[in-house]
Amino acid sequence: MDKSKAEISIEALRVGDRREFARLVDAYSGPLYRLALKMLGNATDAEDALQNTFLKAFQHVDQFEGRSSLSTWLYRIASNEALMQLRKRRPETTFSDISVEDDEEQNFDPVQLTDWPSLPEEELLSAEARTTLDHAIEHLPEKLRIVFVLRDIEDLSIQETSQVLGLSETAVKTRLLRARLRLREELSSYYGDRLIKRSKK
Amino acid sequence: MSEPEQSQCKSLLIFLSDFVDGNLSEELCQEIECHTAECEHCRIVVDTLRKTITLYHECADEPAEISDELRSHLFKTLNLEDYMEK
Repeated sequence: MDKSKAEISIEALRVGDRREFARLVDAYSGPLYRLALKMLGNATDAEDALQNTFLKAFQHVDQFEGRSSLSTWLYRIASNEALMQLRKRRPETTFSDISVEDDEEQNFDPVQLTDWPSLPEEELLSAEARTTLDHAIEHLPEKLRIVFVLRDIEDLSIQETSQVLGLSETAVKTRLLRARLRLREELSSYYGDRLIKRSKK
Repeated sequence: MSEPEQSQCKSLLIFLSDFVDGNLSEELCQEIECHTAECEHCRIVVDTLRKTITLYHECADEPAEISDELRSHLFKTLNLEDYMEK
């Protein structure tokens, strides 16, 4: 987050100080946009989610009780906004958790066993690899995706992630492990192919 | 891999996130380290899981910024244009 976030005054926000709101937008728009982009996978939807996040924050700042940090509160609004947009995309399953329930039944035993971390860094972080990293996140069920994005992209702690999502820390840890294991499978498949191609050169 | 080994692989799987995050007790860490020294399968899973997380962290370390165009649009929509600092 922007270093100016520490200086945002909750009191000023509560009395409707627009200059302070402007500072809040500058301090948090980068990370909140990244969260929306990772969750939604396209810029237009992420921009809408970002805008709605700030509109809701402005409308409901009087309800912010300070029990969590300002950052946690904003991440909660942004996460709900992104999840709501995802639900709108599939109206036939609105407010159901089918994908998650299915997911919890699945076996997470590792399958891909390629030893790829020895690939050179320029190969691991090539433009193509970065696209693969993004696509792998998009393939996660949304309730695993939000946990992974908050914890491993936005660097929130397990406790902060549980506060944002209203989940127990145990539930966050379980979903995080599943998300990470799934991503490991996808990346192992991609980098495994890269290893084979290199060995043929 | 023998059956007892496979069963140990499965039982250690649930601790892997805490292990790679450094949030596991010393005793369990030692157990995983002893196991991965013997079990190539689990050694690869741990290394690739750790690298997966590192790669995402490295990408996320790049500053999260929005474009000037999006920033201007956002300030306009939020009716905050008068307070937009250059």
